[in-house]
Amino acid sequence: MSEYKTLTAADVSVGDKLQSTDIDISTGLVVCGALATRDFEPVHHSKAEAQAVGLPDVFMNILTSQGLMTRFATDWSGPEATVNSIDLKLGAPNIPGMVMAMTGEVTAVNGDTVDINILGENNIWGMHMQGTVQLTLPKEL
Amino acid sequence: MNEQEQKAFEDEIYAFVGKVVYPTTPAPDDINETMIRQWSEILGETNPAYLDADWAANSSRGHTISPPAMMYVWGQEGFQVTKGRAPNAMSTLVETFNRHGFTGVLGTNVKQDYMKESCIGDNISVHMVIDNISERKTTARGTGYFFETLSTFTDQHDDVVGTQRFKVLKFIPQEQPAAASDTDALAVPTRIPSPRGHDNKWWWDACDEGKVLIQRCKSCHTLRHPPRPMCGECQSMEWDSIESTLDGEVMSYTCLRHPVIPGYPKDPICAVIKLAEGTHFVANLVGCEYEDLRIGMKVKGKVEQVDEKTMLPQFYPV
Repeated sequence: MSEYKTLTAADVSVGDKLQSTDIDISTGLVVCGALATRDFEPVHHSKAEAQAVGLPDVFMNILTSQGLMTRFATDWSGPEATVNSIDLKLGAPNIPGMVMAMTGEVTAVNGDTVDINILGENNIWGMHMQGTVQLTLPKEL
Repeated sequence: MNEQEQKAFEDEIYAFVGKVVYPTTPAPDDINETMIRQWSEILGETNPAYLDADWAANSSRGHTISPPAMMYVWGQEGFQVTKGRAPNAMSTLVETFNRHGFTGVLGTNVKQDYMKESCIGDNISVHMVIDNISERKTTARGTGYFFETLSTFTDQHDDVVGTQRFKVLKFIPQEQPAAASDTDALAVPTRIPSPRGHDNKWWWDACDEGKVLIQRCKSCHTLRHPPRPMCGECQSMEWDSIESTLDGEVMSYTCLRHPVIPGYPKDPICAVIKLAEGTHFVANLVGCEYEDLRIGMKVKGKVEQVDEKTMLPQFYPV
């Protein structure tokens, strides 16, 4: 059907690790991510406003973090997977200049449903987000 | 706030539970290719289920879908929020907290459940209520209350496409150190400076010069480490030192995976090393994988600069 492969439950076991990836937190990603998610809160595009709330610079909005986390899960699973839920605990802000390392591991497989525990950790302040993405994988064809 | 005031305050905030923040409000834009493509471009998303109509036509869905993580995006208020938001139950609740000193705000958890995939042309409505407010909690950030909003998203067929629970802590902030510094650079954390007291400063000073010394009793010549004032063998307080060759072997080791400590490398290997001179020494093993280590392995130490301010002995496999 395509060059895109999607995993099935038979391909997946608890303990499988996802391919780690590093995301450069640039001012562009923070500001444009906020705008692409229609989040016009000034702390995400105005450094002065971010500093007024005690942070050194603009910081990533939650919707961008959610997008990056689901992307990380479906990059692994392939496009035929359905995202059932994303349950996310928020930690330290992502600020331009940081690098966020994303790692993930399969923590449960129930029928075609898979839970993946994902951690996004930046190199300066540590845990930015940690949570579980639940996917339903397609049936074996 | 005394007990009575606290009771009055809590009555006031708990009255917000169940209040509607947004009545069912349709999104200004239907789900559309342009906004999905722009969102994907910025987030580095390449999923053909969102982006490639030809691929999607032949997929099990038969059409593209909207990225689930965009569910909340469609109903967002626009640019006018830069000039302030219209008052609603949530902003009134937040103001009530602020008026009583709970000015700190921290989003702690967000959970989205997706019940139905949406596609281009759908219109998503959002309905938000204040779902619950916790009892008073003491947290690492300060004393406060968690409140949680519940948003329900429906499409033009009145089908629920998903829900979102968002939990926020409102707290009394502790004294802030200083406001953000005006330098542009992010302060990169360094290691905790070595504690240099009366009994061990000499050892760290030698380390700064690239040497690892071992304390020696002047009376019975027993070596000891870490530095301390009295010989455990003969109780003499007279001592000198010898320089270690830093030849050693691994007695025990572990990998510190959690927590990650700012300023330190991730997953450091910490080992107890038996030096050729006979004393034991705790240091990091570097230049090797945890899986390749074994007890009894020969190692050689080097005093190295590990960050801007710190000289430290580290050991390498021989």
